[in-house]
Amino acid sequence: MRANCWYGKRDVRVEDVAEPRILNRRDAIVRITTTAICGSDLHLYNGFVPTMEKGDILGHEFMGEVVEIGPDVRNLKQGDRVVVAFPISCGKCFFCQKELFSLCENSNPNAWMAQKLFGQSPAGLYGYTHMLGGFAGGQAEYARVPFADVGTIKIPNGLGDEQVLFLSDIFPTGYMAAENCNIQPGDTVAVWGCGPVGQFAIRSALLLGAERVFAIDRFLERLGMAKEGGAETINYEDADVYDILMENTGGLGPDSCIDAVGLEAHVPGVIGAYDRVKQAMMLESDRPHVFRQAVLACRKGGTVSVPGVYSGFDDKIPLGSLMNKGLTVKSGQTHVQHYMQPLLERIQNGEIDPSFVITHRMRLEDAAEGYEIFLNKTADCVKVVLKPNETRAMTPKTNRLSKGEVFSDMQGDHSAFSKGGEAMAEEHEARQPYKCAVCGAKFDSQDQLQNHLKSCTQKKSQ
Amino acid sequence: MNLTRQSPGYEQERPRSIKSNASESLDGERLARGLGWFSIGVGLAEIVAPRRLARFLGVRNHGILFRVMGLREIASGVGILSQRRPAGWLWARVGGDIIDLVALGKVMKSEPVKPVNIAIATAAVAGVTVLDVRCAQEVSDGKQATDHTVKVKKTILINRSSEELYRHWRDFQNLPRFMKNLDSVELTTNNHSHWVAKGPAGKRVKWDAEITEDRPNEFIAWRSLDGADVENSGSVRFEPAPGGRGTLVSVGMQYSPPAGVVGATVAKLFGRAPEQEVEEDLRRFKQVMETGEIITTQGQPAGRSSSTSWKYDQAVRRASASAWG
Repeated sequence: MRANCWYGKRDVRVEDVAEPRILNRRDAIVRITTTAICGSDLHLYNGFVPTMEKGDILGHEFMGEVVEIGPDVRNLKQGDRVVVAFPISCGKCFFCQKELFSLCENSNPNAWMAQKLFGQSPAGLYGYTHMLGGFAGGQAEYARVPFADVGTIKIPNGLGDEQVLFLSDIFPTGYMAAENCNIQPGDTVAVWGCGPVGQFAIRSALLLGAERVFAIDRFLERLGMAKEGGAETINYEDADVYDILMENTGGLGPDSCIDAVGLEAHVPGVIGAYDRVKQAMMLESDRPHVFRQAVLACRKGGTVSVPGVYSGFDDKIPLGSLMNKGLTVKSGQTHVQHYMQPLLERIQNGEIDPSFVITHRMRLEDAAEGYEIFLNKTADCVKVVLKPNETRAMTPKTNRLSKGEVFSDMQGDHSAFSKGGEAMAEEHEARQPYKCAVCGAKFDSQDQLQNHLKSCTQKKSQ
Repeated sequence: MNLTRQSPGYEQERPRSIKSNASESLDGERLARGLGWFSIGVGLAEIVAPRRLARFLGVRNHGILFRVMGLREIASGVGILSQRRPAGWLWARVGGDIIDLVALGKVMKSEPVKPVNIAIATAAVAGVTVLDVRCAQEVSDGKQATDHTVKVKKTILINRSSEELYRHWRDFQNLPRFMKNLDSVELTTNNHSHWVAKGPAGKRVKWDAEITEDRPNEFIAWRSLDGADVENSGSVRFEPAPGGRGTLVSVGMQYSPPAGVVGATVAKLFGRAPEQEVEEDLRRFKQVMETGEIITTQGQPAGRSSSTSWKYDQAVRRASASAWG
């Protein structure tokens, strides 16, 4: 089969590999219909997370059709359409029984390695380093799903792949980040990072009763998407984030702060250079600027929620602020299995359509290009989904699905799916020309918008 | 609960060849530390008051020579104090002593002004030399041939009752499923068993074992019988964990690796340390008891020639190399 493999820093390639087979009694094999590139895959792509090995198959957001099951899997059958949760969880240990699935004790064969680094090992993950199990990932035509009876959710007919795919990771991740904020009616929440997880955190915070959500990023298309989701936006390149947050909360600070950026924060100025140099010299594993800023901005007694990925040992963390302001920090890889059913219901009820976040649909074959576009945020990229069964090349420049265009595999069975695709294309078209995230004014080019946004944000902050 | 109690593996009578020299090496270390401070003291005296020292010995004031010798003393003192097993630095002290003795001997030959003082100094240096040699020998002995036994103790929490866990373990034939270095265990009688394990360089090692203590749902201890390829013993204790979280399983094992300490050290270099082996065995035991299987990645696809990583995935590889040596 074809699979997207990691070969080093900024080097991923789609190669021919063997097809997966059942290795444990609770395994299932899934033929993948849609898979995605996650922001956390970019940390691997950039080589910031240790214990990757040349040839590892990447990908932990995938769904498809069950083609084979192990003898001990009783709740699935061939032909079931399933979404796979990214943590591998046994369902039987102390943590799984508390529904803390990403902390499973029994799914990481290389637990000793993670234990050395973290003190104890979390669950094994698909395609996410050997320290976390070394499991082959899902950017491939097929994948083996260990503990498939616990790690999958069956998708009822009538829902398209793109509506449910993100139950595998980013929707529950954003949702858990918001839930960890313990939002009370009327709360203000600030979200650093408007990538896919940030987008879901924004919408989840509002679903959970937040009154105001501030969204912080520097990419206009992402700020625009956040604004569409109901957030007030802050471009951190134009203004001081702390100042704006204080001004808008009367000096109180947001009740909760969500760090949806993690270990590769981009910061202008001296602090940014400091972290970059330290990270490059391997004196610091992460660039924890967003976490620092979130701690300093957060309301006294508030919560800092961290869905962003960190990997090691960081410094200049304002523990003094954390302690003296009585903050709570909540974090963790997402307990996806705990959230899949309730969030599927929210999708079915029409409370949210997670496909809004998709900007690029590509063939699996073009995965390397997808990583590059996603990393550099070119072509307004927010989220890339990959189609293993798609053979036809996409429009080379933008790789965007234009209005009315549907993939070959969307025709036929999943009529709702192709409608979803069309609706998405329409929505994307509607975002053109460029619209100001703050006041809603429209412009023809990004440059014009950028110029406008400077004055627009300034006005707002005065 | 007494957290410092002896590991369960040591509760039984120890096999004869297993001797402890822990107290000996402790003495060696204490002596070494004393010599380290002595070095620094002498060195400081040589640096701070070379003239007085010269006057005492009745020789010309070789200021610079004394100071250099002082520096050498301080260096070896710091070296000894900063290392856990300072054999090298202790031998350096012995070398320094010989230089001192030679120097004193030369003074003696050239008809000294104060022969008594020179004699006193020579006697003092000779005494210290004896101490240095003894200490260096002891510490380097410790380095080359410490304890021939490998002892490991590990505890793991398993979300199952002590009855279930005891029952599974008591049937020794189940052990090879999660103890990677065991090929097979056969029960010959209720209390006797025949074990086959992976040895160094792909060899098989065999022994017969007997159960020495057996308290249902609580404790099992066993030991190899005479004629074993590898003399060894072990025990396992099952204790209910607080809060209904299952059972604390503590395993103690000791054995004399056939390739001796060199083998054990080589094994450690390749990441096959016995502590880690036992820990991983226990994790697999937990997996078997909690989930019914041992999760693996061996046989999965990858964009390279092998399905797992040689560097990282030892835990799932059924390799012929083993922790025994």
